[in-house]
Amino acid sequence: MTAPQEENFMRKIQAEEKIEPKDWMPEAYRKNLIRQISQHAHSEVIGMQPEGNWITRAPSLRRKVVLLSKVQDEAGHGLYLYSACETLGISRSEMIEQLQSGVAKYSSIFNYPTLTWADVGAIGWLVDGAAIVNQVSLQRTSYGPYSRGMIRICKEESFHQRQGYEAILELAKGSPGQKEMAQDALNRFYWPALMMFGPHDSESAHSQKSMEWKIKRETNDDLRQKFVDQTVKQIEVLGLEHPDKAIKWNEERGHYDSSDLNWDEFWSVINGNGHCNRQRIEHHVAAHEEGEWVRDAITAYNDKKRAKKAQNAA
Amino acid sequence: MSDQIKNAIQEYATRLGDDSVVLGHRISEWVSYGPFLEEDIAYGNVSLDYVGRARLFYSYAAELADDGRDEDDFAYMRNDREYRNLLLLEMPKGDFAYSQVRQLFADVYYTLVLPELLQSKDETLAGVAAKAIKETKYHLRRSRDWVLRLGDGTEESHKRTQKAVDQLWGYTHELFDMDETEQLLVNEGIAVDVSKLRDAWLKMVSDILTQATITVPEDSWAVRGGRTGYHTEHLGHMLTEMQIVHRSHPGCKW
Amino acid sequence: MTNITEKLELFEVFVRSKRGLDHKHIGSLHAEDHEQALEYARDCYTRRTEGVSIWVVKSDDICASQEDDAECFYDPSDDKPYRHATYYVLPDPVNNM
Repeated sequence: MTAPQEENFMRKIQAEEKIEPKDWMPEAYRKNLIRQISQHAHSEVIGMQPEGNWITRAPSLRRKVVLLSKVQDEAGHGLYLYSACETLGISRSEMIEQLQSGVAKYSSIFNYPTLTWADVGAIGWLVDGAAIVNQVSLQRTSYGPYSRGMIRICKEESFHQRQGYEAILELAKGSPGQKEMAQDALNRFYWPALMMFGPHDSESAHSQKSMEWKIKRETNDDLRQKFVDQTVKQIEVLGLEHPDKAIKWNEERGHYDSSDLNWDEFWSVINGNGHCNRQRIEHHVAAHEEGEWVRDAITAYNDKKRAKKAQNAA
Repeated sequence: MSDQIKNAIQEYATRLGDDSVVLGHRISEWVSYGPFLEEDIAYGNVSLDYVGRARLFYSYAAELADDGRDEDDFAYMRNDREYRNLLLLEMPKGDFAYSQVRQLFADVYYTLVLPELLQSKDETLAGVAAKAIKETKYHLRRSRDWVLRLGDGTEESHKRTQKAVDQLWGYTHELFDMDETEQLLVNEGIAVDVSKLRDAWLKMVSDILTQATITVPEDSWAVRGGRTGYHTEHLGHMLTEMQIVHRSHPGCKW
Repeated sequence: MTNITEKLELFEVFVRSKRGLDHKHIGSLHAEDHEQALEYARDCYTRRTEGVSIWVVKSDDICASQEDDAECFYDPSDDKPYRHATYYVLPDPVNNM
């Protein structure tokens, strides 16, 4: 027999009502949300690094301000998501600890290195593009603060994809050297971008329960198909070669057929064999530790200020 | 307008552009290295303001040069010996105290320079000043608060802040130097006479440092040379990094 | 490495997007005090000029009603339809009153 509060909870989920922070929720729902939202937040924050890698080398002043504001947005999105997650009773410092100790994950895409300027364009176009497909669907997620965060993020994110595509477009119609750079970036980032949607649903540990609770609204494979379909035309407009030689329109399905992904590589990168797994975490830890004395200083300053105030009041 | 004046304005706009891009670049090096997320975002905004200013000054210099160059040619195709920025602004980012002290010195400087530039007979320069004044008002609020917190925070933060002040002090003297080019423009009512601003700068900075329990250094040393292209070793490395992609593909668009 | 952003307090941010509209809750952030919270709110939540006015409130200072209270808080008003305009049936010619 289910408890009345659990029934009440499921009734809300089924009626498409949002669950809000103070509402009763099953412990597993809370845990599942914390896992997903914090992973999402960490991805935004770690995601600052591969693109941040090119801020100081951006080839024009216009690209420099665009990239800087884009990376800054990622930090902002991390903040929105940490905020949403904190409403579930976990602090940001706990989340950061979980990230740094490897308990919490972030999107594996950021373990790939950015080797040329074109990679910045490819990330905006493909990685943010894939993220948007996922995030648009998450705007309808059942947890209120997460849903509202997603709506905000989606509004800002469309600039990210457009600036990336525009940067790649400029390269694709530029000198042979630039075009080669664009093709190379596409070849390297296309496959990992597809893997961002996660494993096949049949192999995804959290998929089923997340769908039932409406934390996730569409399956990994459906979302991936959407992305494959929308990208074909975009590659064509660039005049670049599609990295998937097997890509083919399937009239019957109304979708493109494509090659199966190299899941061994996917799991291998997740399990620590990417070029940047260690580097990304070390960077985060280093910045965090270097910031420790600054955070200590503001607390000390604030304590002094309060003590002075109390003294004056006495 | 005589060619002499026109060339002087072009040079002046270039100098101001160099100042802005160099400082904007240094601040941008903090992205993803901030002490916490909120500060990372906030400091990024300051960098955006400075690079934005650089674009306006360079575009104006390019317009006056009228030789087919654009803002990026000014930023990316000139060598360190051709750059005319103040040395203070090119120093490496250092630790957070070092960057915030440099920021305070610069913010107080622009707090004094920009209202004067707003009075310039040159409408374009005055226009940039009008926009920049608002930005600087906010920047100063931030850097002043940070220096107060760090100076009067913990023993360690105090030590780091005092060290930064001592290390940077000698680079602040040239902020108030004038040369023939600028003097010519001052006489025309176009440029700012920075030589008159040192006292006010010193007073504002000293007040903040004292409040932050930081000792104001004696004027025992001064390094000069930014406006003549006689830079520290740091600028060359900075420009190498900044210009590498642009220069590796000559004549390309981005 | 532990106990990090705890040193900073949690603030809730409310932004008025346009003159004449209410302040609306938009998210939260960590800051040392109200002044810093206000500045960070500007930098973190109004990067695209989304606001003309910002409020920040310490999260701890917010007292929120509980779901358990819902019955005694809101149900009693269910049987007071006379508080709503639609309760009163008026002749058509004057019904847009």
